[in-house]
Amino acid sequence: MLEVEHLDVDYRGVVAVEDVSFRVSPGQMVGVIGPNGAGKSTLVKAILGLIPVSGGTIKFCNCTIRKQLRSIAYVPQRTQVDWDYPITVQNVVMMARTVSTGWFRRPNRKSKEIVKSALQRVGMWEFRSRQIGELSGGQQQRVFLARALAQQADLFFFDEPFVGIDKATEDIMFDIFNELRRDDKILILITHDLGETLAQCDYLLLLNKYIIADGSMKEVVTTENLQRAYGNNILFLNRQEKSA
Amino acid sequence: MINLLLEPLSFGFMRDALAIAASLGILCSVVGSYLIVQRQGILGDVIAHAVLPGIAIALFLGVDIFLGAFVCGTFSTFAIAWIESQSRVKVDAAMALVFSGFLALGIMLISVLESKVDLHHFLFGNILGVTTEDVFKTLIITFFTLFLVKLSYKELLFYTFDPLGAQASGLPTNIIKFGLTAAITLTIIASMQAVGVVLVISLLIGPGVTAYLLVKELHQMMLLGSVIGIIGSVGGLYISYYQNVPSGASIVLFISGLFLLALLFSPSQGILTRPRARKLR
Repeated sequence: MLEVEHLDVDYRGVVAVEDVSFRVSPGQMVGVIGPNGAGKSTLVKAILGLIPVSGGTIKFCNCTIRKQLRSIAYVPQRTQVDWDYPITVQNVVMMARTVSTGWFRRPNRKSKEIVKSALQRVGMWEFRSRQIGELSGGQQQRVFLARALAQQADLFFFDEPFVGIDKATEDIMFDIFNELRRDDKILILITHDLGETLAQCDYLLLLNKYIIADGSMKEVVTTENLQRAYGNNILFLNRQEKSA
Repeated sequence: MINLLLEPLSFGFMRDALAIAASLGILCSVVGSYLIVQRQGILGDVIAHAVLPGIAIALFLGVDIFLGAFVCGTFSTFAIAWIESQSRVKVDAAMALVFSGFLALGIMLISVLESKVDLHHFLFGNILGVTTEDVFKTLIITFFTLFLVKLSYKELLFYTFDPLGAQASGLPTNIIKFGLTAAITLTIIASMQAVGVVLVISLLIGPGVTAYLLVKELHQMMLLGSVIGIIGSVGGLYISYYQNVPSGASIVLFISGLFLLALLFSPSQGILTRPRARKLR
């Protein structure tokens, strides 16, 4: 169970996330949606302890997150990665084994097998010796999915996983998401896309600094809610322009 | 031919210079590779110039200039990180400010404290003036740094490729970052005597980035970079010996020439040699 209560995050003196509370049970997939700048990535980074929080509590299995980072996998936005970095597909996935391998040691045979099966699962094993820049967008996303799988985590965060990928990759991703849910893992997806991908989520959080609505897709994706999340923002900008 | 290579070795100062050049060729390529892949090439230049106040203060207090330079160089990287994290100022502007500010502070301190720092020597180095003690110091730094890189290679790879992911998975990224910065600062201090602060950036970046055009993995980049670094620095020294031209400039031009060759003729990425994009129709 992931429990977030009254979470506040300030970023350089500006409120980025305010009073966010939610709970996710094992086997659930949650979609975090909202306009650009709504604090979606900030929320996830705060939960992971990558940025400091100014208030609230975050617990995973009744324990602080910091103590169990090894059971949490984070897949960054594809645009945040330097695809010219001199590294091969296989070694990117092997990064998932870094912490469990421990300092000053080389990955053992078990880690190598885990990496192999993760790459096979996403259909990228035959690309293992490629430099990552030689891959298509969908293939790159699959490599990062394999890395998350190889970490054998219980809690998964995906930041904009559907941007710039092909249909085949999307199918593979949803297959794997469903498998992970059956295995009682928790999945949290950030997406700015309000398309059909949302229908697959058990639960949605519509965010714009604070939670505007949460619940099933039917409850959350209503004209009124979307206007409050997206529309108010536009009105607000217009007002600023006039006063300027 | 053999005689051409052996003749300079009959001079003690050339033996020391060649030993330090080869050692720096390896050390700078390995450490510099981390700067390149993090897109922080210019950080080497900043640290190199920012050590000056430390040298001035160390001379004034009568402590080892090595220590002063190390503390001051490391401090400059904290200053950059602090400005960047606390404001909307981007890293390039922060670097420019710290670079010039520290250099100016150093020049001011030399004048005010009347430290006996030879600015020309600081800027351009003098590889033919290194002592056997300098050679040992450099060799120790080289072995120590390579040992640490070997031990923590996979953690450094993770951190430099995906710092957020590394932090999220529980790696102590602050310690790793500090370790890397310390290694870079040590490397720069070790190189200063030989090529000076203006040209050290060439040793740090040149060999690594040349190898970057030829291979596809970081450890290969470091290995090939070391070979290129040795060829460049030793080759440059020989040219300087026979043509009676400045040694630092000769080394840098040799390395730049090797980079240009790779840029034009790398089998996979060379401008003249890379495979042509296949037309779809």
